[in-house]
Amino acid sequence: MYVAVKGGEKAISNAHSLFAAKRRGNTDVPGLTIEQIVNQLSFAVDRVMGEGSLYDRELAAIAIRQAQGDLIEAIFLIRAYRTTLPRFGYSAPIETGEMRIDRRISATFKDLPGGQLLGPTFDYSHRLIDFALDADAEVPAPEQAETDPLASVPRVTDLLGADGMIEPDPAEESEIGDLTREPLEFPAGRDLRLQNLARGDEGFLLALGYSTQRGYARSHPFVGEIRMGAVEVSLFAEELGFEVPLGRVTVTECQMINQFKGSMKAPPQFTRGYGLVFGHSERKSMSMALVDRALRWKELGEEQTAAAQDEEFVLSHSDNIQASGFVEHLKLPHYVDFQAELDLIRTMHREHAERLNATEDDTETPREAAE
Amino acid sequence: MSLDTLSSEPPAYNFAYLDEQTKRMIRRAILKGIAIPGYQVPFASREMPMPYGWGTGGMQVTAAVIGPEDTLKVIDQGSDDTTNAVAIRRFFDRTAGVAMTTHTAEATVIQTRHRIPEEKLTDNQVLVFQVPIPEPLRFLEPRETETRKMHALSEYGLMHVKLYEDIARHGHIATSYAYPVMVEGRYVMDPSPTPKFDNPKMHKMAALQLFGAGREKRIYALPPHTEVVSLDFEDHPFSVQDWPDTACAMCGAEQVYFDEVILDDKGGRMFVCSDSDYCEARQAEGHFGAAHAHHQEAAE
Repeated sequence: MYVAVKGGEKAISNAHSLFAAKRRGNTDVPGLTIEQIVNQLSFAVDRVMGEGSLYDRELAAIAIRQAQGDLIEAIFLIRAYRTTLPRFGYSAPIETGEMRIDRRISATFKDLPGGQLLGPTFDYSHRLIDFALDADAEVPAPEQAETDPLASVPRVTDLLGADGMIEPDPAEESEIGDLTREPLEFPAGRDLRLQNLARGDEGFLLALGYSTQRGYARSHPFVGEIRMGAVEVSLFAEELGFEVPLGRVTVTECQMINQFKGSMKAPPQFTRGYGLVFGHSERKSMSMALVDRALRWKELGEEQTAAAQDEEFVLSHSDNIQASGFVEHLKLPHYVDFQAELDLIRTMHREHAERLNATEDDTETPREAAE
Repeated sequence: MSLDTLSSEPPAYNFAYLDEQTKRMIRRAILKGIAIPGYQVPFASREMPMPYGWGTGGMQVTAAVIGPEDTLKVIDQGSDDTTNAVAIRRFFDRTAGVAMTTHTAEATVIQTRHRIPEEKLTDNQVLVFQVPIPEPLRFLEPRETETRKMHALSEYGLMHVKLYEDIARHGHIATSYAYPVMVEGRYVMDPSPTPKFDNPKMHKMAALQLFGAGREKRIYALPPHTEVVSLDFEDHPFSVQDWPDTACAMCGAEQVYFDEVILDDKGGRMFVCSDSDYCEARQAEGHFGAAHAHHQEAAE
C-alpha cells in the first residue's frame, strides 16, 4: 500500500538527536576536551586549519570534536563559519626568512647557513605500534640545541639565487587574487593557483604530486628546503601609515628545486615549486610544491602531457568540501530524473523488441503456426 | 578568538543568513543574468552551512531575493516533504522567519530542485532552481575555457551533432532530463535537471526564473515571458514524457508528471503525481484516483 512520504521533518530531527548521542558515545567515558584535542591531536588540528583556511587552533579543535573526528566534515564547519566573518583587510606578505624555526631541513646541501634542524618529526621513527604507550606517563624533557630565536635563517633558494643558479622569486604583484571573494576563472594566475592548492585536499594533492614523480609530468624535484615555525603576520594600517603586527602563525614552507633545461625564454637553471600551509604539514606542503611546479609548464615553455599540469582539472577538483558535497549529493532523492530515464529506457526497450520481432517475422513462419 | 567567546549561543546571523554585502553581490549577478537571458554569470559563491550539491546555489539566490513580506515554498522532486526540501525550508525558517507555505499559489518565492509545479505560475512569483552543473555543454566539452568560447561564438554545432548521433543510434534524442534549451535564439541553456516534461512550462512563463549553481559559482536567469525552445530537428520534433492511459492513483490526474511507486516484488506498481501539493489540492476538491478509496479504507 502506498503511504505518502510524510514526516520528513520529524525523521530529520530524530536522526540528528540519534547522531548527537552517537557523537558522545559511552557517557561513562569522560568527554573530550578542546585542550586535549589542541594539545594531543595537533596534526588533525593543523589540517583542519589549513584546508579550512582559518588559523584558530581552538576553533579547529571544536570542529573536530563536533565532527566526531571526520576531518573533512570539520573543515566544512570551519569553512562555513569563516565565510561569515567580516574582512578588515589583507595582511602583508609573511617573511618566512624571518621565521622562528622549529624544524628546518635541506636535501640539497649537507650543511648550510642556519644549519639543519631536525625538530619534531615522524621521520626516522620506527612505525611500531606502541602497545604500552601510557597517555598519562611522564615524558622526559627533550634536549634541544641552543638557537638564537631572533636570528634570521636565509632560505636555500635565496642562497642559490645569489649566483643565478635558480630562477628569481617572481616580482611582487600589487593585486593578489582571492578565490573566496571572486569566482575562479581560467587561466588562473599563480597567486590563485597557490591559494587554491593551499586550501586543497591533502590526499588529492598527494596523489597528483606522486604522479609527477612517477613520470606523469616529471620535473626532477629536490627538496631545497622545508622549514616549519612561527612567522609574524602584520597588517598595513591605512590610518597609521605603517604595518601593525597582528600575531604569529605557525606555517610549513617547502621550496622544491626542479631541473630545467632552459627554453627560448629562460636560460638553463633550477626552477621552483612552492608549498606553504598553516601549521605543521610537510606532506601537504611538499605535494603542493610538486603540483605548483607541474602547473607552471606553460610559463616555462614545457609540454603539457599529464593531469597534474592541467590547471582546470587540478583547480576544479582540489577542494574537498566541493567534492564531498557533490559526490554525497547522490544520496538525495532523484526520483524524477530516474523516472525520466526509466521511461526512456522502456520506450527504447519496446522499440528494440519490436524491431527484433519484425526481422523474425520476415525470416520465419509465424511462431504460433510453428508451435 | 578565545574559548570563552565561543558559548553555545548561536551567533546572530543576518536576515536570510547572508550578509548584505554578499546579497548585493548576488543581486548584481542576478540583474546581469536577467539582462542577458540564458547567459551564465560567474559570482563569488559563498560557503553555505549546507554541503555543495545540496542546493547552495538556489539558497544563495533565494537569500538574496527574499524579503520579510515574502512567502516561501520549497520543493524537491516536486514534493514539499522530501528531506532536503524540509532541511532548506527549516534553514530559511530559522534565519529569515518568513511565512512558509506548501501551496503553490500562495508562494511568492518557490525554490525547487528537479521540478516545476504543475500549477501555472504568475507574474508575482519567483521560481528559484537549484542547479548542479549549469553548463549545458559540459558533457561534450569538460573545459570551462572552451565552453565559454563556444557560448561567446554561439558555436553550438557540437550539441546538435550529439542530438543527431542519439537519433542515429537510438532512434530518439536520449536525453530525458536536463534537456537543453535555446533562450531567445541566443544562448543554449541547461534547464537544471528537471525532466524534459517541464521544459514547455519555462517558455514564456509569467514568473521570473532564477538559476543558482553554488559549487560551480554561476547564476543565470529567464525574465518573465522569455522565449525558451527545446532543441530538436524538424523531422524529430521535441516531445515530452507521456504516460498513455495512466492517471494518478491518488487524485486521478492525467497529463502530469508521475512518480512510479513499486508496490510489491511481483511487478505491482502505481503512478502518483510528483507534485504533491497539486495532488493534495485535487483530492481536496474531490478528485480521486483508483487507489484512493482503498487507501482510505485501510487508514480507517
